[in-house]
Amino acid sequence: MADSHAALAEQFDDVEQQHDAASLGMWLFLATEVMFFGGLFASYTIFRSRYDLAFIEGSHHLNVTLGSINTVILLASSFTMALAVRSAQLGRRRTLIVFLLATIVLGLAFLGIKLSGEYYRDWIEGTVPGLHWSYQSPRAPQVELFMCFYFFMTALHATHMIVGFGIMAVLIIMAARGQISAERCNPVEMAGLYWHFVDIIWIFLFPLLYLVGGRY
Amino acid sequence: MATAALEPEIDTRVHYLNVNYGIRSWLLTTDHKRIALLYLASITVFFFVGGAAAVLMRLNLIEPQGLLLQPETYNKLFSMHGIMMVFFFMIPSIPAVLGNFLVPMMVGARDLAFPKLNLLSWYVFMLGGLFELYAIFAGGVDSGWTFYTPLSTTYLNTHVMAAALGVFIAGFASILTGLNFIVTIHKMRAPGLTWFRMPLFLWAIYATSIIMVLGTPVVAITLVLVALERAFHVGVFDPALGGDPILFQHLFWFYSHPAVYIMILPSMGVVSELITCFSRKRIFGYSFIAFSSVAIAVISFLVWGHHMFVSGQSVYAGLVFSALSFAVAIPSAIKVFNWTATMYKGSVSYDAPMLYAMGFIGLFTMGGLTGLFLASLATDVHLHDTYFVIAHFHYIMVGGAVMGYLGGIHFWWPKISGRLYPDGWARFAALVIFIGFNLTFFPQFMLGYLGMPRRYPIYPQEFQVMNVMSSAGASILGVGYLIPLVYLIWSMRYGPVAGPNPWGAKGLEWQTPSPPPTENFERTPTVTEEAYAYGNAAQEAHVG
Amino acid sequence: MFQGLPIRPEQASTIAKGVDHLYYFLTAVDLFFTAVIFLTIFYFAIRYRRRSKDEKATQIEGSLPLEIAWSVVPLVLTVVMFLWGSSLYIRNSRPPEASTEIFVIGKQWMWQLQHPEGRREINELHVPLGRPVKLTMTSEDVIHDFFIPSFRVKKDVVPGRYSTIWFEATKTGSFHFFCAQYCGTNHSLMRGEVIVMKPDDYERWLSGGVQAQTMAGAGAALYERFACITCHGTGKGPPFVNLYASTVKLSTGEAVVVDDAYLRESILYPSAKIVAGYPPIMPTFKGQITEEELLELISYIKSLKTEERQTAK
Repeated sequence: MADSHAALAEQFDDVEQQHDAASLGMWLFLATEVMFFGGLFASYTIFRSRYDLAFIEGSHHLNVTLGSINTVILLASSFTMALAVRSAQLGRRRTLIVFLLATIVLGLAFLGIKLSGEYYRDWIEGTVPGLHWSYQSPRAPQVELFMCFYFFMTALHATHMIVGFGIMAVLIIMAARGQISAERCNPVEMAGLYWHFVDIIWIFLFPLLYLVGGRY
Repeated sequence: MATAALEPEIDTRVHYLNVNYGIRSWLLTTDHKRIALLYLASITVFFFVGGAAAVLMRLNLIEPQGLLLQPETYNKLFSMHGIMMVFFFMIPSIPAVLGNFLVPMMVGARDLAFPKLNLLSWYVFMLGGLFELYAIFAGGVDSGWTFYTPLSTTYLNTHVMAAALGVFIAGFASILTGLNFIVTIHKMRAPGLTWFRMPLFLWAIYATSIIMVLGTPVVAITLVLVALERAFHVGVFDPALGGDPILFQHLFWFYSHPAVYIMILPSMGVVSELITCFSRKRIFGYSFIAFSSVAIAVISFLVWGHHMFVSGQSVYAGLVFSALSFAVAIPSAIKVFNWTATMYKGSVSYDAPMLYAMGFIGLFTMGGLTGLFLASLATDVHLHDTYFVIAHFHYIMVGGAVMGYLGGIHFWWPKISGRLYPDGWARFAALVIFIGFNLTFFPQFMLGYLGMPRRYPIYPQEFQVMNVMSSAGASILGVGYLIPLVYLIWSMRYGPVAGPNPWGAKGLEWQTPSPPPTENFERTPTVTEEAYAYGNAAQEAHVG
Repeated sequence: MFQGLPIRPEQASTIAKGVDHLYYFLTAVDLFFTAVIFLTIFYFAIRYRRRSKDEKATQIEGSLPLEIAWSVVPLVLTVVMFLWGSSLYIRNSRPPEASTEIFVIGKQWMWQLQHPEGRREINELHVPLGRPVKLTMTSEDVIHDFFIPSFRVKKDVVPGRYSTIWFEATKTGSFHFFCAQYCGTNHSLMRGEVIVMKPDDYERWLSGGVQAQTMAGAGAALYERFACITCHGTGKGPPFVNLYASTVKLSTGEAVVVDDAYLRESILYPSAKIVAGYPPIMPTFKGQITEEELLELISYIKSLKTEERQTAK
């Protein structure tokens, strides 16, 4: 990363230009992420409309309780992330580190619940497409398709979360070294944008996967 | 011009090439100019890999039963030719080489917005290339560059996953490059450089970057799905497992159609630069060309279904895609007329770059118009998946885009290397390429209408004469491509030293020495005139 | 046309000439504009060649009238091309009512063609002259494509669904057909001949050869083997008589026409569409019935018509 005293990278004329460029860059990157997930969402929508009954059956198989808890956890992590950004903007190093750590912890909790409560359960019950599928039902092939999407989309989302942990870890190290200040809080703001985006993807995934066809 | 002496002239200035030496200074550089050269070296290698495949293919097609290859080998060759040429040569070519080199200079900046990201993009590109080369040397892939399912997901036992993942990884390089360009053009233009004073090359790069950024992620996720299907035996695209093979086609072409505009738009930008410089004229219809570039980028996202007229789409979908496909032709037509009009009452010289530019305009016109045969539903039914389609896209990609690329390389070569190349050889090579190209691909239009399908290593006897003609042309074209390789490399050491502006061109990049210093400009320039202001008397210094 | 320089394949179907005329028009437009551009560039390059080192050009900004002209003219031309191509396409997309039906199964790397009357061919397709022929096609593995250049018809042959094309041959003789969607190693060997015969010869050919069952006859045997009568003859499932080409109301309220695709889906994925008033108890026969047998069973169901329907045809 850049030297702790130079706030301005060589190619820029002033800090404002650097700030603007970084922001535009992050928003563009998020646009590419929308298109990346978009392909999956579009495919999902097509199959959902074609095999609506099978997808309802598949969705009922998912654990809405755990999914809801995870949604709350992720929303909370967005909150702690926003607090981290605010701390950075106010130059408060200690609270910045605390809130970044909190975000990571909440994210890890999300992944922990997902792995142990959902993925592991699916493995035991034989509802992992391709790898371990022993589900019987007249609509089994299409339910397997639903589970494909479930795994692909949540796994892709989880991968993005893990990348987010890496980014936050780097920020924590930077903060510890005094490289983040009120004047140089842009990296945290950019990371905040990324994390909120990851959260929003989940907000779409949750109803699309867990709440199909009404229930309970 | 001084004749090229056998003693190399030594240039004692410090510039971006000699500011430091050693492999680390190149592999860890963040200078956009050096990164451009890293890309130049890699894509040239990939070009010749893909080209070698083409040579073998055309050799084989001399005989209806196949001259020297088994069908399976031929199938692997055309797949690798397509993958290498599309993803590892054409898509990066102008953006990653000329774009990387010129965009900062044309906006008057010291570097791109994100120099480290730029270096990362080259490493990502090389990683993708490595996967691809592995796929080739481990036995090849025979899915076609289009990876249609369920063939690629379920029925092939070649290295589909490595090949698909190679393309997936290289796609990220594309995204990073495009992102860098968009931010640079938006945020780092020099004082006085308004949008409508920018060289049209920047407009072209900008429009291309939009497509790169928005389109590439879709093919990325599609190829990931193909790889996952192969790995885990699930069926998003396989009807036997409940999936939909046509969905793959929609997702694939949603990117791959805009991708062809990634391949042509930058060339069009180059042509705008060449026509103006070598006619010493401002461009005719500046804003029309600028808006046409953006219009092409936007409409390009709406026409993907024209690759699927016989796939089983509804008639209504066919009508919509057909209409939009005709629409996307109009902005291109506008550009062609504007370029031609630029030469009117100009002062035209015949340097090699200009020969390439003029060749581009003619061949692009012809090839682009053959696209209308394919946009029109009734004729497309007959022509789809025949040699007509192959001829159409090669006219645009090779007769158009590659000639634009070569024209740009020749135009900016003095700036990039600080040397001049032998113009006689350059013009000769341009002519050989033009002739070889037409001999290779024109017969293919006729083969297509007669009904010869594409991807056929073995074909009916009656198609032989035109296949032989095409292969003969290909041998000429191949020689034509080798000639610039030789004299350009030769010129780096033995060519006469070029001054800052050997062509007398307008544009900020020509205000710097050749080769430029690492930081491009000592002070950020201020722009006071329109693009291509050739009418003004004698070059004014704009620096500082 | 020109000796030794073939421009187009034979015109051997009713639509070939129309497609060729559009092709000639497009070629003329293409050659015209290519020539205009090439010659203009050539002329400007010579007329305005640089005569001295410091020569200055005449600077011209642009011209709105010209821009409008060369935007509108191409626009008009493309609209004409679009309308022409679309109308031909729409007309060619709907097979006439009384078409001779033939069934096609593509698989790596051969074509199986089945006449309902019983004759079966490999890589060869006999058809009658002057009568519309409808091909209903599916694949057993990957996507293939059935392309008859002399008839100007082509359609992808997709696994998991039926695709159809139709044509009416106007010349007797033998015409190539090709697989035109890359399908693996022997894609280029997956081809054959369409043999057009005069109607009498065709009828004779149809009844000749090894005495095979008609498709409907084979289908009747399958009906017995799979014991369809257990439900469909006892009121537990919709009856088959006069079912084909009728409109049925589903449990969702939707109304659908019973065609080949519907019947195929009902046999393989019975839970996809349930006819209103019937319980959703039909088991799937996926994995137990081949594509060939599906076509035979569907032929049988199609043949179940009462007297009045038979004569109406």
